[in-house]
Amino acid sequence: MTVTAEPAVGEEALPGATGPTPRRRTGRVRRIALPYLLLLPALLLELLVHLVPMVIGIVMSFKELTQFYIRDWGAAPWAGFDNYSLSVDFDAPVGAALLDSFFVTCAFTVLSVGLCWLLGTTAAVYMQETFRGRGFLRAVFLIPYALPVYAAVITWAFMFQHDNGLVNHVLHDQLGLTDSPSFWLIGDNSFIALLVVSVWKGWPFAFLIVMAGLQNIPRDLYEAAAIDGAGMLQQLRRITLPSLRPVNQVLVLVLFLWTFNDFNTPYVLFGKAAPEAADLISIHIYQSSFVTWNFGTGSAMSVLLLLFLLVVTGVYLVLTSRGRRSADV
Amino acid sequence: MAAPRSFLWSRRIFLTLLTGFVLLPVYVMLSSSLKPLQDVSGKFRWVPSGLTVRPYIDIWSTVPLAKYFVNSLIVAGAATVCSVVIAIFAAYGVSRYRFRGKRLFTVTVLSTQMFPGILFLLPLFLIYVNIGNATGIALFGSRIGLILTYLTFSLPFSIWMLIGYFESVPRDLDEAAMVDGCGPLGALFRVVVPAAIPGIVAVAVYAFMTAWGEVLFASVMTNDTTRTLAVGLKGYATQSDVYWNQVMAASLVVSVPVVAGFLLLQRYLVAGLTAGAVK
Repeated sequence: MTVTAEPAVGEEALPGATGPTPRRRTGRVRRIALPYLLLLPALLLELLVHLVPMVIGIVMSFKELTQFYIRDWGAAPWAGFDNYSLSVDFDAPVGAALLDSFFVTCAFTVLSVGLCWLLGTTAAVYMQETFRGRGFLRAVFLIPYALPVYAAVITWAFMFQHDNGLVNHVLHDQLGLTDSPSFWLIGDNSFIALLVVSVWKGWPFAFLIVMAGLQNIPRDLYEAAAIDGAGMLQQLRRITLPSLRPVNQVLVLVLFLWTFNDFNTPYVLFGKAAPEAADLISIHIYQSSFVTWNFGTGSAMSVLLLLFLLVVTGVYLVLTSRGRRSADV
Repeated sequence: MAAPRSFLWSRRIFLTLLTGFVLLPVYVMLSSSLKPLQDVSGKFRWVPSGLTVRPYIDIWSTVPLAKYFVNSLIVAGAATVCSVVIAIFAAYGVSRYRFRGKRLFTVTVLSTQMFPGILFLLPLFLIYVNIGNATGIALFGSRIGLILTYLTFSLPFSIWMLIGYFESVPRDLDEAAMVDGCGPLGALFRVVVPAAIPGIVAVAVYAFMTAWGEVLFASVMTNDTTRTLAVGLKGYATQSDVYWNQVMAASLVVSVPVVAGFLLLQRYLVAGLTAGAVK
């Protein structure tokens, strides 16, 4: 095995050395084996917490796994593709609900990622130059990111309460914008409530990443542009945004994955069953599995979700890398 | 470059509004935690009718908050230590050696971060239940089981970030140490780890923070004795009433340690978080 391995760093071919002596050979074996030894604990744990559960998850999705078989899931009867056909039969209730949840999640993700990016980028651009209080503001902006999710979201849930919440107090009592206090945690408004909380929590990450990206733009680019008579907006359009492109490509992908998979926010805001208008896919799967106790269908939905994410991520990476390559040419 | 006046004004307005948006829940949390119960049950008031520290005393007896606190500390702490220690070895291997399968390893680690937690929740749940039935070892509902599930997100993250930190430590340093007679592990612990301490601390804080705030696994995989703060805060809502002032006080109490740690170490954290993305 060791013969085919690439030489480790720091292992020079010594000119004039006439074949490895036994001692040198053990040293060589040790050096080649060393990176694998270093990786071994991580590999074992990755196997344990990622690979094995994933394989089992895929097996589960082909089984008829109801509450009767939880104690011994190996005994559950095979279901073939039944769980999958049930999940994607959009004319039947289960499939229709999954499809609705998927569309809600897509709309929510697009809006949330877009707003997070917009707020984060605007704030970062405004704070590119130093001014008094910049460090303080930066610390303040990091608070939503640092607060434990449940503490922050539970506070928002309080603010969205019908009778004693701040939102209705401001909108109805103080501004008189609504005829009667609205419900925010049930019905159609729940989508707005979820979006507000998600943006509040998510935009500081965009802010951080864009701030770091801005620091890597050479100052003389701006100076040269200013000498050539470019105004601030032109500098933004011609220098700042193009320079941020590689940063944005990673940022948008990460934000997309986080938002699409978010479970914590809707779960703390709405509890086990989210209102239809805000029924995100991960909470939908959770409900299909743990509330109605049908793990087989839940697993099939998880696998479908994973496939979707893999395809989207793959297409995104191919598109952005092609864009980058053609931009280089 | 002198910024035009309109720019200064638009900046002032935007940043003020944004600060208000960010701080609004913080104000609600703080002010409501100091209100008497009738004040939080009735219409919202910007200015409390009276201030009381009673909620801060009551939170400890309404629900066993101290127990949840200890559970969260143990689970988040253990998950952090495990993932950071294991990640140190793995990241050193990846950053210092070329070997077959290196790319496969890093790509796998990176891609597991995109997997939704719900994907692992169901299988891990069933694995734990079945191990419990077969061997009598209760992983389901135990702290060990929860710690293992937390490694699903803290381990890949720690490996990914530490690779970045270790690569920023000049290779000459540990090569010099090896010339001076250190073995590779000696070089790792005498040279690379000390040089990367800020990064390691940042990774640890971040891993702790994520585990401290985790809701999905905690809500399924805990029982009465192992419940963490993420689930325990629901206890302030009874059938008839929600003690909102206590909910807010408890939220503040559980937030202070992580927010303080985060703000103290934000410089390192931000450097680490962004290193991967900006490169």
